[in-house]
Amino acid sequence: MKTFKGYRRANGSIGVRNHVVVINTAGEVAGLTKKLAGQVPGVIPIVHQAGQFQYAEDKKQTIQTLAGTAGHPNVSAALFLGMGSEDISEEIAANLKENGCHVYSIIFGGNKSISACLEEGEIWLKDALERSKQQEMEEANVTELKIGLECGGSDAWSGITANPSIGSFSDSIVFDGGTSILAETTEAVGAEHILANRAVNLEVKNRFLEIVKRFEQRAKAAGEDIKAANPSPGNKTGGLTTLEEKSLGCIKKGGNSTLMEVVDYAHSPTEKGFVFMDTPGYDVESVTGLVAGGAQIILFSTGKGSPTGSPIAPVIKIGTNPKLYKNMPEHIDVNAGKIIDQSYSFKQIGEEIYSKVLQVADGEITASEKYNNQEFSIWRLAETQ
Amino acid sequence: MDEQFNALMLDEKDNVAVVLQTLRAGDLLSIQDEVKKVEVIKSIPYGHKAALSPIPKDHRIYKYGECMGIATQDIEEGDHVHESNVRGLTEEDKSYQEEGINIENI
Repeated sequence: MKTFKGYRRANGSIGVRNHVVVINTAGEVAGLTKKLAGQVPGVIPIVHQAGQFQYAEDKKQTIQTLAGTAGHPNVSAALFLGMGSEDISEEIAANLKENGCHVYSIIFGGNKSISACLEEGEIWLKDALERSKQQEMEEANVTELKIGLECGGSDAWSGITANPSIGSFSDSIVFDGGTSILAETTEAVGAEHILANRAVNLEVKNRFLEIVKRFEQRAKAAGEDIKAANPSPGNKTGGLTTLEEKSLGCIKKGGNSTLMEVVDYAHSPTEKGFVFMDTPGYDVESVTGLVAGGAQIILFSTGKGSPTGSPIAPVIKIGTNPKLYKNMPEHIDVNAGKIIDQSYSFKQIGEEIYSKVLQVADGEITASEKYNNQEFSIWRLAETQ
Repeated sequence: MDEQFNALMLDEKDNVAVVLQTLRAGDLLSIQDEVKKVEVIKSIPYGHKAALSPIPKDHRIYKYGECMGIATQDIEEGDHVHESNVRGLTEEDKSYQEEGINIENI
């Protein structure tokens, strides 16, 4: 049995990190959020531009994402900073408190001065940080791990080295009873029938086909025909012949396991095994959604060295080619380029990824954590009001 | 580390392999875990695909163990497999695939 040591939370989930975070719930207080985090070393700021002037579907998406982030198993405590009388932070905090999360919210724009609000925040965060240090670790089984699968800054090797290696890992952890979450709906266009045919039942199959169709239609409404535009001339020069081939290179991060469930952006899977989340292809928004949906660790293949990280989840970077590893070894955790120049098989790299996942779950710092790469962005669906 | 090879077969079901370095006509293509070597008959840039066996016109191209396209002409063993001899799937192809009907026998 493969195990790791993590932090057990009140709702039963288990984290691989023990962060104290401060999150803004209105774009207007993003700067103050960074300032407050700077006043308490060890606290991580999570800033974004959402929360105000949004239509209903975006407001819902923002609340879902922020609640999933603040209530994440890797988070020990979260402070919300909001603004104005209709701020969403108190509603989110109240729901999280019911689940036993250690959260609090401070609203700017009331009777208190900004300095008084910041002082109140500083006191709360210092106390939360002290409390987090008392949290003991306990042994947990890999069946409790949810691993998000992502790619960004892809190159011609992504679908040949790193992604099949991630697929090999995904099949292994699913076999061991864990969960892997594939994402990026846009990348599935053209190969949707392949994943759909792997669905566990008709309901999951139809749900998957539905989200791919919805994504394609949204792109069309914005004047983009995904099917006609892919593979691009650059893709063809790199050796990709058909849209199916390009999509396969991406979705093979999910290996060959049965598709158990399809979840909306930032929603947690209820099933174990291989799962798909509806996210855009933009890596920062996709990783934000995967993490908000409960992924404790993200696997991220890159050919061009995209530095994207997460404020609260370790992101393991898997380089696709030897040149990238030579040029920026400090940004790469696993070098799948060894398949090209050292005759490793993707099964061997898959095993290397599995070992790395367990080490990172046990506390080993990834490249993106070392460099404080803490990107965070919520997938926006409609216009700003 | 396995013995040196210069092409990658991504699934045992595949009839193409991705070459890891540019190969010229006459070069021998070798695959991981396979004893069989294939003589390349055309120049194939790295990252592109080579046919591992003859693929007749209208037959499927398999990569990752999945159908990624259909041959538009007879493809010889060791040939460069790309736009000039492969097309993507139509909705009709996909529906056949979904029902599990082997279009090669139609």
